[in-house]
Amino acid sequence: MSFGDTQVLHDVSFKFERGKTNLVIGQSGSGKSVLTKCIIGLHNPEKGQILYDGLDFSAMKKKEKKKIRTQIGMLFQGGALFDSLSVIENVIFPLKMFTKMSRKEMLDRANFCLERVDIIDKNNLFPSEISGGMQKRVAIARAIVMKPKYLFCDEPNSGLDPLTAILIDNLIKELTEEYNMTTVVITHDMNSVLEIGDNIMFIYKGKNHWEGDKDSIITTPNKEVNDFVYSSKFLKLFKEKMN
Amino acid sequence: MMLLSMFAKPEKISVYWARLMEEMMQLGIKSLGIVILMSAFMGAVIVIQSATAIDAAWIPDYTVGFTAKQSIILEFSPTIMSLILAGKVGSNIASELGSMRVTEQIDALEIMGINTKAYLIRPKIIAAVLIFPVVIIFSMAFGFGGGWMASFGTGLIPEEQYLVGIQSFYDDNLWMITYALIKATVFAFIITSVSSYHGYYTIGGALEVGKSSTNAVVYSSVLILLANLLLTQLLLI
Repeated sequence: MSFGDTQVLHDVSFKFERGKTNLVIGQSGSGKSVLTKCIIGLHNPEKGQILYDGLDFSAMKKKEKKKIRTQIGMLFQGGALFDSLSVIENVIFPLKMFTKMSRKEMLDRANFCLERVDIIDKNNLFPSEISGGMQKRVAIARAIVMKPKYLFCDEPNSGLDPLTAILIDNLIKELTEEYNMTTVVITHDMNSVLEIGDNIMFIYKGKNHWEGDKDSIITTPNKEVNDFVYSSKFLKLFKEKMN
Repeated sequence: MMLLSMFAKPEKISVYWARLMEEMMQLGIKSLGIVILMSAFMGAVIVIQSATAIDAAWIPDYTVGFTAKQSIILEFSPTIMSLILAGKVGSNIASELGSMRVTEQIDALEIMGINTKAYLIRPKIIAAVLIFPVVIIFSMAFGFGGGWMASFGTGLIPEEQYLVGIQSFYDDNLWMITYALIKATVFAFIITSVSSYHGYYTIGGALEVGKSSTNAVVYSSVLILLANLLLTQLLLI
């Protein structure tokens, strides 16, 4: 995948597992977000295949792609809630567009999802009237309202305080197991990596450079991974103490 | 390309219908206040200016009413009002779509499998094309009303003479109104499609949303002026 003369991704090959949180990590500009946009079909890769349960997404016709997309839940970095809709209407939106549910059924399902992410009594507020952490949780509720098979999260805890960030991370992990979803989290936050990283893919200069899990990432001898993991003073000190 | 992809089959008719009603309210009904205010004042000014300019004993008083009618129906209501609406509605559309783009709301819709151009832009264009002629009729009515208030309030011409002028050449009036409404429809299409294009394809952040909004107004206004010339040439000569 390239933009003009700049090749952003090349020789990338991953397999994301169902029921697990698959993390794609790497430095800013390493191609993580482009990779996600390719996977969900916002960018068309120049070469290669994107397979959803064995079906080639990039070769699909519009109608088939649409079908897959209704099985995808996406949590954007900023939440991407619709400004003009209230919290409850944001969550109901996919149900309105793609199901034949009655208004009561839609409300029941949306309220269930909102309660699941601990958003209570905020139904009639607009996104601008709730905090960033709440917006993320509403966005998660909207992402899971259609019971998706695949959940993509683009830096889900950016801009959040450490406590809220961990809450969001854990919520994603719980929901992944509860709904048996294939969850892909794009992040460069080491807290997330150590908290929820069942499968971790490290992208370096547009290539998948290393794969492992949250235990192996702290012991790997791989230099680039080490530079990334132990870039903070806190983790450096932790490593020295461990040694 | 943008317009072509809008002809796709809607995902759900009921949702699109609700969107259409919402846009008619947003683009038309919510513009009525400013349209009525400006039309009434401009109608009054046109009458005062015409009355002072046509101040000869051999020119009948009803000429002022006739001149006001011609100005309001032919140019002020359809063209000048559309230029004003290009500023109000055009910038509103471009900034709405632009901020949806930069905050990834449009991406969120795409991922859900929604044809975003059809969902976001089509209702705006259809709503404007349907509601703008109605808004322009309101503008004409309140323009005449403002003129009548001026003739009544200033005493520059007798109000009966003003009304005679307004009603004169009845057969021509119908064609003039049709011409004005054709212009309003074309201008509505220009304003919404140009503004939607600039908003939808915004790249960047808040600064670019502002630029898109400005470009939407500038390009819409220029295209309205060109279309005005073309339509006048085609329909009136």
